[in-house]
Amino acid sequence: MTQAVPDPGLAPVPEAPPPPEDRQIELLAFHLGGQEYSVDIMSVREIRGWSKPTPLPHAPGYLRGVINLRGTVLPIMDLSERLGLGRREASGRDVIIVIEAEGRTIGLLVSAVSDILTVPTDALDAPPDLTGEDGARFLSAIALHGDCLTRVLDLSAVLPPVKSALI
Amino acid sequence: MAGPDPMDAIRKTFFLECEDLLEALLEGLDALSAGTGDTDTVHSVFRAVHSIKGGAGAFGLDRLVTFAHRFESGLDALRTGRIEADAGALQLFLRAADLLGDLVRASRDGLPTDAGAEDSVLADLDGLLGTLQEEREEDLDFAPALLAIPLDDDDADDAPAPLRLSFRPHEELYLSGNDPRHILAALSRLGPTEVTCHTEALPDLAALNPESSYLHWTVRCAPGVTAADIEGAFEFVAGLCDLEVTADADPVPAAVSVPADLPPPDKIPPGASTPAPPPAPSSAPAPVATTQTPTVRVDLDRVDRLVNLVGELVINQAMLSQSVRQGGLPPNSPVMAGLDEFLQLTRDIQDSVMMIRAQPIKPLFQRLGRIVREAASRTGKAVRLETSGEGTEIDKTVLDKLTDPLTHMIRNAVDHGLESAEVRRAAGKPDEGTVHLAAHHRSGRVIIDVSDDGGGLDRARIRARAIERGLLSEDADSTPSDLDALLFQPGFSTVDTVSDLSGRGVGMDVVKRAIQTLGGRIAITTEPGKGTTFSISLPLTLAILDGMVFEAGGETMVMPLGAVLETQTVTGADLDALTPESRVLRVRGRMLPLLDLGEVLAHHPRRDDLAGCVALIVQAEGGSRYALTVDRIADQRQVVIKGLGDSYGPIPGIAAATILGDGQVALILDPIELREHAPGARRPLAETMP
Amino acid sequence: MTLSVLAVDDSRTIRDMVRLTLDGAGHRTIVAEDGEHALRILDDGLPDGRPRPDLVITDINMPRLDGIGLIRALRQRPETRLVPILVLSTESTQTLKAQARDAGATGWIVKPFDPDRLLQALDRVAG
Repeated sequence: MTQAVPDPGLAPVPEAPPPPEDRQIELLAFHLGGQEYSVDIMSVREIRGWSKPTPLPHAPGYLRGVINLRGTVLPIMDLSERLGLGRREASGRDVIIVIEAEGRTIGLLVSAVSDILTVPTDALDAPPDLTGEDGARFLSAIALHGDCLTRVLDLSAVLPPVKSALI
Repeated sequence: MAGPDPMDAIRKTFFLECEDLLEALLEGLDALSAGTGDTDTVHSVFRAVHSIKGGAGAFGLDRLVTFAHRFESGLDALRTGRIEADAGALQLFLRAADLLGDLVRASRDGLPTDAGAEDSVLADLDGLLGTLQEEREEDLDFAPALLAIPLDDDDADDAPAPLRLSFRPHEELYLSGNDPRHILAALSRLGPTEVTCHTEALPDLAALNPESSYLHWTVRCAPGVTAADIEGAFEFVAGLCDLEVTADADPVPAAVSVPADLPPPDKIPPGASTPAPPPAPSSAPAPVATTQTPTVRVDLDRVDRLVNLVGELVINQAMLSQSVRQGGLPPNSPVMAGLDEFLQLTRDIQDSVMMIRAQPIKPLFQRLGRIVREAASRTGKAVRLETSGEGTEIDKTVLDKLTDPLTHMIRNAVDHGLESAEVRRAAGKPDEGTVHLAAHHRSGRVIIDVSDDGGGLDRARIRARAIERGLLSEDADSTPSDLDALLFQPGFSTVDTVSDLSGRGVGMDVVKRAIQTLGGRIAITTEPGKGTTFSISLPLTLAILDGMVFEAGGETMVMPLGAVLETQTVTGADLDALTPESRVLRVRGRMLPLLDLGEVLAHHPRRDDLAGCVALIVQAEGGSRYALTVDRIADQRQVVIKGLGDSYGPIPGIAAATILGDGQVALILDPIELREHAPGARRPLAETMP
Repeated sequence: MTLSVLAVDDSRTIRDMVRLTLDGAGHRTIVAEDGEHALRILDDGLPDGRPRPDLVITDINMPRLDGIGLIRALRQRPETRLVPILVLSTESTQTLKAQARDAGATGWIVKPFDPDRLLQALDRVAG
């Protein structure tokens, strides 16, 4: 049989130009250990209820296992444990935020989502260099909205490191 | 390696494209008949026939060209509004489209066609066009040639005098993208040519208009250049220049002028010179009477969707069978018989679908030929690559993922397997070493062998190296196959200097991992002085696995059924502790190392009492066995293999995952890795007792 | 001399043949499926980084933007205003040739496709 092969001579179809830089960013906020954290809403694929994952043997503790997301196998991470805030005993009120970053898809176990924040990009400050605090290396920025401080997660730091590929 | 004739490939492309075009043609005509077509539909219908004609002409398929041309004329009349798209006309066009399809397939397969049907459709087309006939004839007349040079008949016996010409481009010549340079160059390619450029008309630079034509040329052509040659060279600029051609010997330039412009069609004089139609290109292969299996082009995504659906069907079938069996129906009841048939059909569908993804291994072997040549030239060894079983088909995904491991194995074979020419000569072998790549199917798996006729594995050296690396204790009593298996240990390398070819820190352990990821196994056979064969055995598909489903440590898991030799319920009497860490299980008089799965996977701590558990007797590498205790066996069934995704690296002992009927994810175990990574299960791994 | 040739034809068979012929003669072939596609390739820049092709070979009857439209568009662009354009078509009427010429075509080759004739025509317009 013949499989459709793209004509090698065809120039790629030009992609739409990137949209002009937004001066606002939307963040999905949630609470962990009494503090507010958030992720860029552009990396959120969906939010779904908690279901018990199948544990992965010999995986780091923050990797709680895998669940069936409409036929694909999705790893679930305990964000609280990942950030050094202690293991979270999941309950029915918890949710899984399915995020996509660096071409990888993973579910983050968090307590109920609290809010969607719209923050001007110039209100984002660099996270302070808190060497003592383990969670600081997972932050890309901090921002004030109202009286509340939200900690914006750096998803590339949060994702579990991929062990070396096979070949 | 001589490639196939590219024209053959294009010919195949043409017939594939014809099928697409015929489909578009029928679709368009149907739309027009249903009244849902528009101008675009008419154009696309016309274009379909037009493209078939164009390609057919290139391959000298004259019958097809003639018919397509007349059909096209009819559609052209429709396109230009000279005839109505009424029911009669569309009926006729649909008949013509069917016949065109017959002609295309007949041309492809070299079969005869029904000339009567062809004539009848053509006659009807003529009838439809009626008085438009003459325009059709005019279409056939593609006669650019309008230059006629009267040559003196008296000179016929002598060599004809060289021709001279005067060439004065108009501005329009340049604007049409023509360039006198190329025209004169084309002329001078025919023989020594004298070209004189006349620059008298050039104004001062200040007054020069770069878009104007100031130059003209006189040319004395090479002897033997004919008027037709000149006509050809100036074909594209007729009407865009003044051109006068004279015979050189003629003292009086009796001018013969080129017609000033292309006359519109209605001004072409009757009987104007009409050159014979161009000969069919010599490179076009004559239609040969080969039967090509018709093919369709399908998106790989669609195939994969089908593969997945069939996978779900297989699972569903298995679950249905199970619940019916549990319902307590007698085995010879009609329902059970029907289920058996359903099972057979499901498997047939599955096999057929897998065949769609299968591709011959030949292109991969061809790529590896290049690796051999490169490795040979870098090591300075003379190496010949032999291949067999190139037609063996294998799942496309498996095929794609085989490139890296096979590349590495081929390099290894040339680099480490084959001896230098001096050593070979001393051993009475030809200087030229041989690497053999072979593929074949055996009992539902694909076997790929990579063999060399080199010196074979040096087991003494392997042993020494393994001891040095701490992989083997000095007093270990290892069988030859144990030693061979050490090659696959991480970090093992028998060559002291890191080779440019096989080095880069990549060893056979990585090859083995890659093969295992594909659900495959790799084995070595070697004979000192004669050579080494690495044999890879792969599943035909990556999509579905026959599995044993069981529970351990509170989780449901799957073991590939092929790895389970038998099962046995554990009693306290079967169990012996060799050391505090290692236990053995008596299985029909033999002692097998025992692993408790829940403990290995850290689902629970070590437990001493395993009575009541079920032991799977699992086949590991090289025929060795071990016992794996689980809590309860649930089922034997086919499962659809799902990757664990790339969000986390490889997990030792886990090959993949699957989704069970209740929606839960279950992990699929890798029996060999499980053993290697188990705590307290270090080497030696061979059976401890006879 | 190696030429960069932009070959435009909606038939894959003809595209393959043109490419085979030109590649065999040592030229570089960039193919497009219709006039629009050809213009898009020019907008995006040729794969070999040249500012313009040395030669354009185009079919007449194509979907979206046909050969005549393509020739007109090329002649209106400063960078391709004088690039040689060969028409490759089975349509051979004098009317069509006159149309192509009016639009700015440099020359024409009448199908059936013949490699020798293509290369000969190429010599006459682009050396």
